[in-house]
Amino acid sequence: MPLKYTEDHEWVSVEGDVATVGISKYAQDQLGDVVFVEVPDAGKQLDKGEEAAVVESVKAASEIYAPLTGDVTEGNPALEDAPSTINTDAEGDGWIFKMTIADATELDDMMDAAAYDGYVAGLE
Amino acid sequence: MSDPQEELKFTPLDALHREFGAKMVPFAGYEMPVQYRGILAEHQHTRDHASLFDVSHMGQAAIRGSDPVTALEALVPGDLQALGDGQIRYTMLTNDQGGILDDLMVTRRGDHLFLIVNAACKEADFAHIAAGLSDGNQLEIMPDLGLLALQGPEAATALARLAPAARHLQFMSSDSLRVGEIPCIVSRSGYSGEDGYEISVAADRAENLARMLLDQPEVELAGLGARDSLRLEAGLCLYGSDIDQTTTPVEAGLLWSISKRRRAEGGFPGAAIVQQQIENGVGRKRVGIRPDGKAPARAHTEIIDKDGNAIGEITSGGFGPTVGGPIAMGYVTMEFAKPGTEINLSVRGKSLPARVVKMPFTPHRYIRN
Repeated sequence: MPLKYTEDHEWVSVEGDVATVGISKYAQDQLGDVVFVEVPDAGKQLDKGEEAAVVESVKAASEIYAPLTGDVTEGNPALEDAPSTINTDAEGDGWIFKMTIADATELDDMMDAAAYDGYVAGLE
Repeated sequence: MSDPQEELKFTPLDALHREFGAKMVPFAGYEMPVQYRGILAEHQHTRDHASLFDVSHMGQAAIRGSDPVTALEALVPGDLQALGDGQIRYTMLTNDQGGILDDLMVTRRGDHLFLIVNAACKEADFAHIAAGLSDGNQLEIMPDLGLLALQGPEAATALARLAPAARHLQFMSSDSLRVGEIPCIVSRSGYSGEDGYEISVAADRAENLARMLLDQPEVELAGLGARDSLRLEAGLCLYGSDIDQTTTPVEAGLLWSISKRRRAEGGFPGAAIVQQQIENGVGRKRVGIRPDGKAPARAHTEIIDKDGNAIGEITSGGFGPTVGGPIAMGYVTMEFAKPGTEINLSVRGKSLPARVVKMPFTPHRYIRN
């Protein structure tokens, strides 16, 4: 499935009944060099909009919000030793966690890539 | 700090920053470059080669008159009498409680003193100094000067091509030199822990000077982001974070900047309190902190003991690129201030183990000719 985006700059990719979550290329560029990522533990229950992870750049810590309601199935273990993967491949290998989807209609509120690009352009 | 209603000021290098792709942020009332290529790359370039920082937002001034040294010693604990011509002293403006109003650099230049103060404090500092000087001495604010910092182990090689005498300047001393054809005040000093220079220059020649320095193969631009990570690794205080009106030079571990004569004689605001603290000790002290794990602990993180009792607070913290991990400084009660002491940091509801360590986190590499 193509990526869908939130106004908080998370992206979601759905395969079957699992959603993979990360931050957008635009978001990583705004953050700068990522030096630490706190990923959620498997089993953590998340409500849409709840703080789910923390991405730290040299300068500051940024909260990542759950784009959907569901349970975390896995945090990305590769980010422990290579947090900069978020800079080099934000929308691929730099994924942050995977979660179940409690309510698929929540996906309807999110933007496709074209709509997100337009949203970001409006922020500049 | 960044009131959007307030009109931001620009440094003389504003056009150059934008040309080089800087990400500009409001800082102390100015539009300032936080980074160009990225903080990590700029930090590393400074440790390996040489970086050019625009610090023109800082305040520059002179004190002239019948006896500038005695006049300013009434406001700071630094030993200015001991300064030879061209020598620089790091000191601080203190209040009547011994708290720190600002930290500053003071240079003796012939018959006058030359000051560099922090941008965010400069108006208050200048009002405080002007009001505090004894009769016959005047503060002359120099708003038409820019200030460039050239920092890194190759700074001397780069600058010496344009000003050969720069190579022979002593650490913490200063001279009037022509860089290319541009008259400058060149100081061998800085805020990175590396060898380097701070160069005062007429605002209308600052961009010209910056381009000459950038033409040197060792030199790249670096922004405020790298300036902060470099000074944190060097264990240097950031005014407003690590020191302020509520911290004294004794608590802040800055006693090294107060000579025997000034400790004995006093004669600066809050001297009685500082002397009493030297005599009897203090309840808390600024220390270096290394978290055991990888998570950075930022300013205002609570420091707790193993039972969860509050014992202090982090004042600066983040990732040290050269250290390769998280580093911080903060204040702890004296019983926890010894290097090696195990402490805990309360980060997002978790108690993260950490250790008190000696600073700097990366060795200073000043050149003492």
